[in-house]
Order: sequence, then C-alpha cells, then structure tokens
Amino acid sequence: MAKNPEHRDLFPGALEIMILQSLRLRPMHGYALVKHIKNVSDNLLQVEEGSLYPALQRMLREGLLESETGLSAKGRPTRIYRLTDAGLRHLEQEVVSFEKMFTGITRVLAVAKA
Amino acid sequence: MQFLRKLFSRNRRYDDISVSIQEHIEERTEELMAEGRSRKQAEQAARREFGNVTLMRERSREVWQWAALESLLADLKLVFRRLRKSPGFAATVLLTMALGIGANTAVFSVIDSVLLKPLPYPDSSRLVALILNAPGAAGMADFTGGLRISPSMYLTFSGHNRSFQSMGVWTSGTASVTGLAQPEQVQTALISDGILETLGVPATAGRWFSQVDQDPRGAKTVMLSYGYWQRRFGGDKSVIGRSIQVDAQTREIVGVMPRGFKMVDHEFDLLVPLAVDRTNQKLAPFYLEGIGRLKPGISVAQADADVTRLISLWMDSWSNGPGTNPHFYERWRITPSFRSLKQRVVGDVGGVLWTVMATIGLVMLIACTNVANLLLVRAESRQQELAIRAALGAGRARIARELLTESLTLGLMGGVIAVGVAYAGLRLLTAIGPADLPRLSEVSLDARALCFTLFLSVFSGLLFGSIPVLRYARAKVSTAIGSANRTASAGRGRLRSRNVLVVAQVAMALVLLVSALLMIRTFAALRNVDPGFSDAAHVQTMHIWIPDLLITDPQTVTRVQNSIVDKLAAIPGVTSVGFAGAVPMENNDPNWDEIGAEGKRYDGGEPPLRLFNYVSPNYFHTAGTKLVAGRDFTWDDNYGLRPVVIVSENFARESWGSASAAVGKRVRQFSSMPWQEVVGVVQDVRQHGVDQDAPPTVYWTAMLNDPYTRTPTIDGPRSVTFVIHSSRAGNEGFLAEVQRAVWSVNANLPLASVQTMQDLYSKSQARTSFTLVMLAIAGSMALALGVIGIYGVISYAVSQRTREIGVRLALGAQKNDLKWMFVRSALLLTGCGIALGLGTAAALMHLMKSLLFGISPLDPFTYITVPLILAISAALASYLPARRAASVDPVEALRAE
Repeated sequence: MAKNPEHRDLFPGALEIMILQSLRLRPMHGYALVKHIKNVSDNLLQVEEGSLYPALQRMLREGLLESETGLSAKGRPTRIYRLTDAGLRHLEQEVVSFEKMFTGITRVLAVAKA
Repeated sequence: MQFLRKLFSRNRRYDDISVSIQEHIEERTEELMAEGRSRKQAEQAARREFGNVTLMRERSREVWQWAALESLLADLKLVFRRLRKSPGFAATVLLTMALGIGANTAVFSVIDSVLLKPLPYPDSSRLVALILNAPGAAGMADFTGGLRISPSMYLTFSGHNRSFQSMGVWTSGTASVTGLAQPEQVQTALISDGILETLGVPATAGRWFSQVDQDPRGAKTVMLSYGYWQRRFGGDKSVIGRSIQVDAQTREIVGVMPRGFKMVDHEFDLLVPLAVDRTNQKLAPFYLEGIGRLKPGISVAQADADVTRLISLWMDSWSNGPGTNPHFYERWRITPSFRSLKQRVVGDVGGVLWTVMATIGLVMLIACTNVANLLLVRAESRQQELAIRAALGAGRARIARELLTESLTLGLMGGVIAVGVAYAGLRLLTAIGPADLPRLSEVSLDARALCFTLFLSVFSGLLFGSIPVLRYARAKVSTAIGSANRTASAGRGRLRSRNVLVVAQVAMALVLLVSALLMIRTFAALRNVDPGFSDAAHVQTMHIWIPDLLITDPQTVTRVQNSIVDKLAAIPGVTSVGFAGAVPMENNDPNWDEIGAEGKRYDGGEPPLRLFNYVSPNYFHTAGTKLVAGRDFTWDDNYGLRPVVIVSENFARESWGSASAAVGKRVRQFSSMPWQEVVGVVQDVRQHGVDQDAPPTVYWTAMLNDPYTRTPTIDGPRSVTFVIHSSRAGNEGFLAEVQRAVWSVNANLPLASVQTMQDLYSKSQARTSFTLVMLAIAGSMALALGVIGIYGVISYAVSQRTREIGVRLALGAQKNDLKWMFVRSALLLTGCGIALGLGTAAALMHLMKSLLFGISPLDPFTYITVPLILAISAALASYLPARRAASVDPVEALRAE
C-alpha cells in the first residue's frame, strides 16, 4: 500500500512508539499526528492512514491512550488522543528495549564492515 | 450488563472512528485547497491519499470485535434471510435432515447402550462368562451357547483355579411365592457363593448372602430385587428379617439389591442361594452358568489355559456313581472357551443392530445426496450473483465459507429437530424391537447420543455443502456472467455433478432394496417351514411348577397334573388338553442324554445325545403335532410305567430308515436299563426356533422310572407346560376360567408364562421381523428418495433445455422422440447406478448371511426384481417431466428469450 516506494514500511511496534512519543508532547487528533510525525522526521517517515487508525483503536483498547471529544485546528469536532499513565510506562519500557535493539544492530553492522 | 455496556461503548467507538476519519480528510482537503486546488480536486486527492475509507473504518472497528464471529453472524443473517425467502426448500431440507439424523441417532443410542457401553458392574472388563466348549456333546452343548457347568465342576474350578479373584455359578428359574396375597409365580436366580462378590454390586438394604446361607442344611434366606421390593413391600426397609414362603419353603429376607441390578441378563424378582452340597455331588448334571472376575493382569486366554488342566482333575475327583466311567466325558472333548461377560450378554444381536445401523446410515447418505442436489440447483440459480461477487474480489474461500455456512446451518437446524425425532424413534424402536434384545432397559438418549447427533449434523452439513462448493466456489467469472441463459442448452459440466449424485443414489437405493427383499424372502421362507405344530393361535400354553415341599410324592405330582388336565378339558370351548416338559420355542430343554437303538452300532461305541421330552397323552393332538406312525401314549402307559417311547420322525429315519419301520423297535438309555418299545412316531418339531433344525427327539411318558438312580424310583417332571386347544385361547375370560380350574385342584399353584403358541412362534422370529421392518422402511425410503432424485434431475434438465427443445421442435423433431430422449437419459443414469449397486450389493450381502434363512445372499430372484423395480420407477419418474418437455410450444420457447 506504500504510496511512495522510497518509504519503507515501519516494523511492528515502531508506529506505536512514535504515536506514544508524539502524544507525550501533547494530546493530538489523527491528522495532526500524521503531520507531526512527518514534519519531525523531515519527511523520512510517513504514517500510513491505513495503519494509523486501526493502531489507535488497538492502543485505546489496551488502555495506552484515551480519547476525548475536542476540536481540530480548524475548529471542527473530532477526537483528541491523550497518553494515559499506562501508556507512558509502556512507552518508557519500549524506548529502553528499542535502544537495546538499536545498539545490538549497530554492533552487528559494525562487525560486518570490519 | 457487562455485555450491553460493551456494546454501547462499542457504538461510541464506531462513531469516534467515523468522526476522526471524516475530520482527517476534511483537514487534508483544506490544506490542498490552500495550495490552490479547487475544492473538488482537493477532496478527490485527499480521499485518494487516504485510501479506502470504508475498509479503514472496518479495520479500525475490527479492533473492537471478535472479527471472525461477527462476520459469521453477518453470514448467518444472510442465510436465514435467504431461507425465509424459500420456505419450501427450507422445509424440505430440514425435514429430510431431521428424519435422517433422528433415525440415525435413535439407532445409534440402541447400539451404544447395547453393544458399546460396558456392563453396569464395577470394573466390568474383568468379568468373564465361563463357557465350555464340548463338540462331543452335540445338542447339549449348542443350545445354550456352550456346555453348562455342573455343581461338581464349579467346586473343582473355584477350589483350584489360579486366575480368578472370585467365581460363581447361577441359574434362572421360577418359584411360587405364597402367603402374601394370591400365590404368585416369580422369576428367581439361584446363585452360588461368589456370584455377588464377582459382580461387585453392594446391596441397597440389608446384606449379601453369607457362607452360612449357602449351606444346604443351614438357614433358609432370600434376597429381593429392587422392583419386587417396591412392588410387594412398597420399598419398606423393615422387610429385612421378615420371612416369605418361596416354593413352600419359609425364607428370611436378608437383603435387597439396588435398582437396575440384573443377574447378567436375567431380570429376577428373588435371589435364592443355590446351596451346593459340597460332598454329595456327581459329575453331572450340567445346568449352571458360570461367571468369574479375573485377577488383575490375567487375560482370558490365561484363564482358559488355567481351567483346561482342571477338567481332568474334575473327572478324577468325582463320579456318576459306582460302575460308571468318570473319564467318559473325555469323549465330549470339554475345553474352556471363556469370553467377556459382555459378549455373553450381547450375544449375536450385533449382527442385526449393525445391519440396521448401516441401512439407516445409507438412507441418510441418500437423503444427503438429495439435499446436495437441491443445493446445487440453488447455487446454480445464484451463479450470476456468485460470479459478480468473485469479480468484485471475493476470494474462493469467502464464497466457499458462505455456501458452507448455509449448509452447516441447515445441518445443525435439522439436528435440533432430529433430537425430537430420535426421542420418538427410540420409543418406537424399543417398542417394536425384538423382545430378546439384551440390555433393552438400559437404552436411553444420553449425552453420547447427543454428541453423535451433533457430529452427524456437522458431517452431513459439510457433506452436502461441499458439493456445491467444489462446483461453484471457483466459478469462472467470464463464463458465468457472459453465458448466463444465453446458450441454447446447459453446459455439460453443469449437469455432470448432479448426474453423478443420481447414479450414487440409485446405487445406494439398490443395495437397500436388495437387503430388504432378501429379508422379505427370508421371512417368507421361515413362514413356509412347518414348525411341527399347528393352529398355534388357538393353543393356550401356561407353565405350572409343583415344588417338592408342596407335594413330595412324584406319583401324586403326576396325578395332580392329570387332574388339572381333566378340569381344563371341562372348560366350555376347550377341545383338547395335554402337557409336556417343554413346548417348542420356549427355550427350555427338559433333558439331553444318550440313547441307542437296538442292534445299531454307533461311532465311538456310544450313541449320540438326544433331546428328551416328557409328555402327557393327548399332548401331540393338542399342540397339533402330527402322529406319523403308531399310536399316542395313554394314561395306562403312564401309570403302568410301561416301557414305551415315542420318537421324532428324523430319529426314526436315522435309526431305522423310515417312520413306519420304527414302530415296534426298541431303544435303551444305558446297558443297565430295560429296553423301551417305540409305539409311535411324530413329525419333527423345530424346538429351538423355525430357523434351527429340528433336533432328533425321544418322548417319554410323564411318570417313569428315574434312570439316574440305582434302585428303581418313580419320577416325573415337576415343571410342565400345559397346552389347551380352544377357540377362546388368549381371551381374558377364558384365562380366568383356566386359573379357577387350576386352583380348584390346588390353590397354591400359580400360573406362569401364560401365552399362546402363536406368541411363542412370533417371539422366536422377533429378530427377523424386526430386521425386516427396519429394512423395509429403509428400502422404501431409499426408493422414494431415489425416485425424487431422478425426477428432480430430469425435470430440471427439461426446464433448462426449454429453448433447445423449442429449436428441435421448430426443426421438426417428433414429440415422442423428444420424450424418449429424456426418459433415455434417465434410464442411462439408472443403468449406471444399477450396475454400480449390483456390484456393491453382491459384495456386501454376505455380511448379512447370518440373518438370512433358506436363501442365498446372491438370490437370483432378488437380483433381477430389484433392478427391474428401479428401472420402472426411474422410467416413470422421468416420463412426467419428459411429457412436459414434449408439450413445449416452440414459438413460446423461442420468444421467451
């Protein structure tokens, strides 16, 4: 479904961690999330709408997020997503395990080059 | 509540998702508009970028659902909607399935309860029936399923075996209970020490018999069955310790056995100690049934080997009296042939039951093919819809799932109704089932039977559902949409699967009809056999037993029996009266022993064993057994102890060549005994049932010198069956008069087994008639279903080919040729089915051999008649729609396009 073949699909869990991290800054609605991630990553990462909404619902169900009625940037009603305490804890755990993984991958790549 | 709240919150979630997505697209649109596009362009672009909104929404919602279930529910909703739209189809299928599954469940319950479940005793797998083989004692050893056990054998076996934890012997009998109300004849089981220990079922009140109770000189005791306890004493616990008169003997009630407890297969009222005298025994007589409980880890074969060595020990330990050869029984070649108690109880009824099960199962298969045919027609009419859905991206699996959902739903709904059908069927089965069906009282519709119903529902749903699936799930889009209704006639492939079904149906129907006809022919053959008695419906029989304690002197016993005969003969409407030790088909042989004709040499030096019966004068005349030569007994023969016998025709022919040559010849039992003159010859009597050969029989007078005592002692049978010939036989008023007549002689004599000879005759054929009824029902169902199947296929073909028929008619085809064209195609299918069925039937019918009598499993008459019936039915079934084809108006047919 990738619209741009240069963008690689995110691996499992990556989308969630980015959503959590973004919402940690401030509560946002769906479209704002997409734009935020796109801007912050300098267009390197593009969030698929097709993955975003099911992922949001999954995280809602797991209690990592909560949603509330709010207004969009244009003043129309929409749903604003907010991080819960559980979501925050989950994010911190995930960040730690991601960092470990990156360290691991980096080391392996370094050895392969040598 | 939880569920409702979840549903409610779920709806809120759904709204949230819609709102979010809506706003997402709005914002993107506005952004694009800000870049200078028109609103329309911007909106289009935003939607394109977002992708399939509906799909996204579905995916997001699925997070909150049990996805598979919900889409199944949606499918189900669709199925029900479609079924509601075609109630005729739904009703036909449901009824077919309900009948099919219900009938199968009913028969399965019977098979499960009778054949599969363990006997209702603790750890019953270790119970064995002590059955002995004795090929040298023909006659005596084959009518009970082996040679019975003598008390001395029991003493030897139980004292010296190494394989059994416990063993015991028993025999069934009757006794009269007096002193309660009217004298009553009850069923008893005489049991030795070890029987209750072996079966292991504790008493529900009181205690088991003890060693003391088994002492012939000890206290006289009795135990009650639960049923008798309830019936006679209203379940009163204080009966323990009370006394009742059993065969004029006062016995103390010591215990009550629990509800449902049976003595192996015998439903008894009283348990009486056998009280074997441990010192005063001979080798004979052989009349007891043995059961044993194996020690853990011991196999039946090991027990066989163990007891084999005890046979000669038994012959060494006992004798039949001075001057007799204790090793005489070596000639009988006695060997243990123990088998599980369950096998003994169930007997050979398995053959009948499995035949019925197979038959009903086959009907079920035929019903399934019919339903599959109907589903094919439905799927065909939906072909275009399915093709469009396939074109829109529905996967093969998705379409298959939907078709299967429909058929499974039908199967399961049919299964639910089937439970009711099975319940009714079971009541019918137990009502018409053969009276000798073992464990009949244990049959019920239980959880196992319901599991079977479920299995059958799912299985049949998948079975008849898979055929349309195979055919249509991969419908080729182009052909289906493109060719719909445009071709002149149906494609080859369209009809092929339905044709295959019809061929299968015809083949199965043929197998069923062949088996049904074979049973009908068997029944007819049995009816043609002369059983050795006549006018059975007008012969009343009843059993009277005169206990020792009531009348001690054997001569008086015969006199009392004689007086009863006289009193009975005086009843208005009675033409003739007599009695015998046993009447035919009563499953009770008075005696078997060897007897030799004068001057005749026998293989092995000893004459073979013959059936002995003891009859009064006039017995043969009353029972309608024809006197072939010589004369009947007289009372003078009887009271004068004259050395005379009557023999059966086959005995006479075997010994002297012909019946007339037998009269005046002499026979003798042992060399120590006087010769007996043959005064008469009677026709052969099928003592053990119409399907069993008539045993060569020797008839003695009722009163005679006991051959088994050293000094001449007068003896006579105390247990006899009276026969009364009267046009009033079976009539209640008549029976009351009979009872009064008997009680006018002795008021302490109860009547037992009151029935007509016709009842006995029917009972002996109960299994055959039961199988016959079941197969006839199955066969006619199969025929009807097969005919409907053929009719359906041909009439569908006609409706599909209307246009082709129109063209043919327009081009000048003759109507008769057209009709013939359709009938021919039906006959072709039938022919294929018949060929297939004949092969199958020929291969299968030898399995039914044990149920047949007088005809071969390959009976030519049957194998010619059944295909003819099928061919004629098929021709008729196809003629009706074919006639419709010929009446097609070509103009109409062509304009209709």
